[in-house]
Amino acid sequence: MTVALENTTTTTIHGDRVSLLRVLGPAHVWALGVGIVLVGEFTGWNFSADKGGALAALIVCWVVGLLYTSVAMIDSEVTSTVAAAGGQYAQAKHIVGPLMAFNVALFLVFAYTMLEVSDAILLGDTIVAKAGVEGLTHNSFIAATIVVLAWLNYRGVLMTLNVNFVITAIAYVSIVILFFSVSPWTQGAVLKLNELVTPGNALPYGWIGVIAAFQFGIWYYLGIEGTTQAAEEVRSPARSLPYGTMAGMITLLIAAAMTWYVCASLMPWEYLGITYYPLWDAGKLTGSPLLENLLFIATLLAALASANGCINDAARAWFSLGRDRYLPSWFSAVHPKYRTPYRSILFLLPIALAFAFIADLNQAITFSILSGVLQYTFMSINIMMFRKKWPLGSIRRGYTHPFHPLPAIVLFCLCVVTFFAIFLGFGSQLIAMVAFYFLISLWFHFYRYKFVRRGDQFTMPWPKPQGY
Amino acid sequence: MWVALSYACWGISIVLALWMLYDWFKVDTNYSEDVLTSSREGELEAVSEKHRI
Repeated sequence: MTVALENTTTTTIHGDRVSLLRVLGPAHVWALGVGIVLVGEFTGWNFSADKGGALAALIVCWVVGLLYTSVAMIDSEVTSTVAAAGGQYAQAKHIVGPLMAFNVALFLVFAYTMLEVSDAILLGDTIVAKAGVEGLTHNSFIAATIVVLAWLNYRGVLMTLNVNFVITAIAYVSIVILFFSVSPWTQGAVLKLNELVTPGNALPYGWIGVIAAFQFGIWYYLGIEGTTQAAEEVRSPARSLPYGTMAGMITLLIAAAMTWYVCASLMPWEYLGITYYPLWDAGKLTGSPLLENLLFIATLLAALASANGCINDAARAWFSLGRDRYLPSWFSAVHPKYRTPYRSILFLLPIALAFAFIADLNQAITFSILSGVLQYTFMSINIMMFRKKWPLGSIRRGYTHPFHPLPAIVLFCLCVVTFFAIFLGFGSQLIAMVAFYFLISLWFHFYRYKFVRRGDQFTMPWPKPQGY
Repeated sequence: MWVALSYACWGISIVLALWMLYDWFKVDTNYSEDVLTSSREGELEAVSEKHRI
């Protein structure tokens, strides 16, 4: 309480201004990042087995892990320096320019809103599958998920991310419990990896199957970059953001490895690649009702945590666009009591509900992944420009990532491979999405940008970039 | 039980949605637009980060 009051004082400028509240620590950053992502272990990653077999799912687990480790390192460096709501949007605005920033903000809003929609559909479908009642539909559960979480986000960021921390931790611990319950050190007792993954069926479609598996391998870690949206609400961005993001990435690498090992040792790849509930199914296959129910609850909690974090992040990105007048400034309102971007939260609520009621899970997931990969491609270019314009030593950085420019090159190359993989499975959606961003960019350039106060949008007290 | 839970979900959703709409209306009528949209990016950074190395 004392901390909250102190921060209220420090973030209210001149007494008649309201801004977001700086109350978060590294644990909240971890809860935001891992909370958004962990649902990918409960569903999503396993479709990579359908594309390329069980071994392909493991290969992409590590290779895509490399992609996201690069994302986490690059993000930590830039965000610990550009600590503002909007995350990658604020980075793009200062480092690349307004048009890139506008596009990045839309990538963010689409990626998180579509992921929120996917989470709500998953939660509704999981409850309906468990109930087994004829005539019961998922709509009421979808509505409750989106509205209750929007209400939580409306009421304050601290409670929102405290809840996320608890439910994410329970979901994570359930994976650990499952892992140790099946005697992972002994093959043959419960796990049968030697029988299920053989040299004959490990890569049923060869190496092209591994490339195709990238599309769903993204699900092991999709959303960890969402930690940066909390930049304006953490007490110490330079310390909390790198700690929270890197700890989150380590947590997810461990969870992904355990999930693959247990699921690939219990289910043949033909089934693993099509089920919507790989971990819940793994719980059932152990024969333990306790594990089955634990994994059912954990699937629901992971979906809730992800949707909760997505509402938080999408609203911050939308709010930032309004604050810079890239969209009407009406969206930049902050609630005077709860200190949240309440109009952005409310505006995105019916949009999420509409998509959740009319879209199917595959479409929503594909739009989310596409927007995410577009954003990662930007990040690889962004960090190269950041280091060139403001070399080490010219401005203070909270964190400096090692081996530059290797992570940026690795990230860019893996994004190209992922685009190719998405094109193989969802070519028309990829083209439609790129056409949408092209048209909206024209609208921004020729119409909307005239409303922007050009001098006000660049807020970081940095020296002039090199070469300018 | 599941059907009752489904109706409870609709009820909770409607109540919370109405509460948010009421609060939105209350805030927008009690505070001026200038105050509500007064947040500025980078204000704290401007105070705490001088970037002198």
